[in-house]
Amino acid sequence: MTAFAEATPKATISALSVENVSHTYGARVALNDVSFAIAPASFTVLLGLNGAGKSTLFSVITHLYVSRSGTVSIFGRDVARESGAALARLGVVFQQRTLDPDLSVAQNLAYHGALHGLGRRETRARGAIQLARVGLADRASDKARFLSGGQMRRVEIARSLLHSPRMLLLDEPTAGLDIKARAGILEVVRGLVADQGIGVLWATHLVDEIRDDDHVIVLHRGRVLADGSSRSIISATGARSIGEAFTSLTGGDEEGGER
Amino acid sequence: MNEAVLATERPFGWTQRLICLYGIVWRESLRFLHQRERFISALVRPMVWLFIFAAGFRQTLGVSIMPPYDTYVLYEVYITPGLIAMIQLFNGMQSSLSMVYDREMGSMRMLLVSPAPRWFLLTSKLIAGAAVSILQVYAFLVVAYFWEIEPPTWWGYLTVLPALALSGLMLGALGMLLSSLIRQLENFAGVMNFVIFPMFFASSALYPLWRVQQGSPWLATVCALNPFTYSVELIRFAFYQQVNWLALAVVAGCTVVFLGGAVIAYDPARGMLMRRGG
Repeated sequence: MTAFAEATPKATISALSVENVSHTYGARVALNDVSFAIAPASFTVLLGLNGAGKSTLFSVITHLYVSRSGTVSIFGRDVARESGAALARLGVVFQQRTLDPDLSVAQNLAYHGALHGLGRRETRARGAIQLARVGLADRASDKARFLSGGQMRRVEIARSLLHSPRMLLLDEPTAGLDIKARAGILEVVRGLVADQGIGVLWATHLVDEIRDDDHVIVLHRGRVLADGSSRSIISATGARSIGEAFTSLTGGDEEGGER
Repeated sequence: MNEAVLATERPFGWTQRLICLYGIVWRESLRFLHQRERFISALVRPMVWLFIFAAGFRQTLGVSIMPPYDTYVLYEVYITPGLIAMIQLFNGMQSSLSMVYDREMGSMRMLLVSPAPRWFLLTSKLIAGAAVSILQVYAFLVVAYFWEIEPPTWWGYLTVLPALALSGLMLGALGMLLSSLIRQLENFAGVMNFVIFPMFFASSALYPLWRVQQGSPWLATVCALNPFTYSVELIRFAFYQQVNWLALAVVAGCTVVFLGGAVIAYDPARGMLMRRGG
């Protein structure tokens, strides 16, 4: 199967493919036979409430741990078996703030570059390009603690792009940001899809971040309830908006966690 | 640099791994230098023992001639290797604390998405912690020098270095193994009570084992089974340009066992991370 994937032309390989992934913590089922695929250069929203299984899914995709069953591959590379090759193609922005507040922006980027095996000079050159992309070219020597929440997020996005990943994972990247900062982050990331052809998986519980032509995956209680364009999900559920569609799919549950 | 160049694929070979190791050590040292309180408390803690505790016990506890000492030594001289090992013990546990903290804050996850193999990342983190502990030890040795505690020749400062590196690795590996078992940040107080204090007191750091043997044979047995005792003795002998082969073997063996345990605990396919959830 892997050989087949290698032989097919690049364009048909999914940027991210999740196949029959299930995971349990003791008796609690966190992911139940989750499958979906994300095309390169597409913006995909992973929509789910807190406790829907998004964090577990992200942990599995980023190889923090291996799921009990199923496979995840990034551009055809199995995360569990070829983790190095898979992770080299993946950029991640975690929900938690992961910048070192005592270090400067440039030092934070240098550390990340080193983790990906990039030399000093190369990291600096790449860092300058990516910081300019997120509109923070002049902040490289500032300490991270003096940045605003939105600026920190931008730096984290710039950092996640240092090693030129073709697939970018963002876990609730706009959590805790004001409307203006949220719009800014969204614009930067949508730009990456349009201009750089990067595949993006954007996890959120905020329906107003979704556009009609976005690919949406609805995750609820560890299961995929809907997978398709936002427009098609809306029409399939007979709803007027994606928010309404989400509510009707999840049965108006307030709680997303275990049963 | 254009986009095509940026997107070139590169294998993650040993050059990349070395860059990665260098980056981890660099960041750890930089963080240490920024945390001034941590540096000061790392320095003050052994100084309290040296200036107050050892000075007070100077008359009470005489240390007779025993290897590696070929003459009577002051109590301060006797406990200095123990205090050096204590610096490393605290540092090892503190890095374990920072790993738990890092994990909560996500920067541990940042580390673990590197394409380098996980055992390599954990080992690099360990080397970084040991390097920081060596910086602390030499700072303490400078202070101790002015208290007239010095090796028989200046070479002692050099020969103690490999002992410090190995002992720093062992205590760091122990901390790393514990960090995979600690569930919450608050439990560092528990680490103090259940790891640091017993390891420090039930060892040859403060009193020679033959003395302990006279007072309490069972405690002497505990001390002889405590890996920390061998860290202390390895450093004590190295400071005097000698090798304590038993200590060397125990410290090296324990390093391998503790690190192996930590690699298993942090293994993506089994271990603690998966059971607990992320």
